[in-house]
Amino acid sequence: MSDAHVGTLEHTHDEEHVAHQFDNAQQQYESGNLGMWLFLLTEVMFFGGMFGAYAVYRTWYPDAFEIASRTTNIPLGAMNTLVLIVSSLTMALGVQSAQLGKRKRLAWMIALTMFFGLVFLGVKAAEYSEKWHHQHVPGLNWNWTEGEGGREVQILFCLYFAMTGMHAMHMVVGVGIMTWLLITALKGRYSPAYYNPVEISGLYWHFVDIVWIFLFPLLYLI
Amino acid sequence: MQHHIAPTRMYIGVFLALAVFTALTVFVRLGLEIRSFTIAISIAVVKATLVILYFMHVKWSGVLTKMAVVLAVVFLGILLLLTLTDYGSRSWQPKIPGWEKHQVVQ
Repeated sequence: MSDAHVGTLEHTHDEEHVAHQFDNAQQQYESGNLGMWLFLLTEVMFFGGMFGAYAVYRTWYPDAFEIASRTTNIPLGAMNTLVLIVSSLTMALGVQSAQLGKRKRLAWMIALTMFFGLVFLGVKAAEYSEKWHHQHVPGLNWNWTEGEGGREVQILFCLYFAMTGMHAMHMVVGVGIMTWLLITALKGRYSPAYYNPVEISGLYWHFVDIVWIFLFPLLYLI
Repeated sequence: MQHHIAPTRMYIGVFLALAVFTALTVFVRLGLEIRSFTIAISIAVVKATLVILYFMHVKWSGVLTKMAVVLAVVFLGILLLLTLTDYGSRSWQPKIPGWEKHQVVQ
């Protein structure tokens, strides 16, 4: 069973996981994958709206945005970027473990992905509390004492919380998916013949990682 | 089912490349003290491409998946570019004499 990469698996073994609307396991796998990619396409447009707002306000108030992005904590942001990259690695290795039929390694990789996702959220919470402490939270706790242009600076902080908040919500959902994936993996549901949920959850996890890959330079570095 | 299974060392290699690019973009900002949109976003695009091609297996995916990825980029490009043709050009004032008389005062 573990040599799925060498040849096609026994037809009969494949069939037991195939839902009635599909001809065979291959078609089911490809349909599920494409469906996830179409969902991710809508997610790109969803985050795209916020990236568009960022682009508009950045072209309008470049100075205010530069001042505001100086207040973000680059070391913490860089650390979180690394944490997410590690989680993407463990996720990718999880999918590979499923492909190879290494069930124990799959469970470990899912657990590690979950762990690094939670580390990311913890660091994010620390950053939010730092912002709260500095009174840099528009609407709830806002007091700009670092010079002129507080109104324009506030726009970047609104975008900061909207974008990182939406991203963090996606991370929370991701950790939820990982929890379900871990439980089902421990029950031994996945094999080289059937690992679509692992692969598809991985696509979601990597997408959330990619969003952060763009948020980090936009909100911290420039 | 026949799927390409990449070796572990490939995943580690892609991870190391991502880590190096992250270090590079932070070094440009903190070490060289350059705040450059072009450099930071170029590095981010390279990193995203690595994740899409290798971690998300698009390199070995069928043509439909590849089309979905390209479509995502195209639609995002339309959204951002067309929005900016409006907002980015609003400060361009017409150079026709006397245009001020006709502008709408808000």
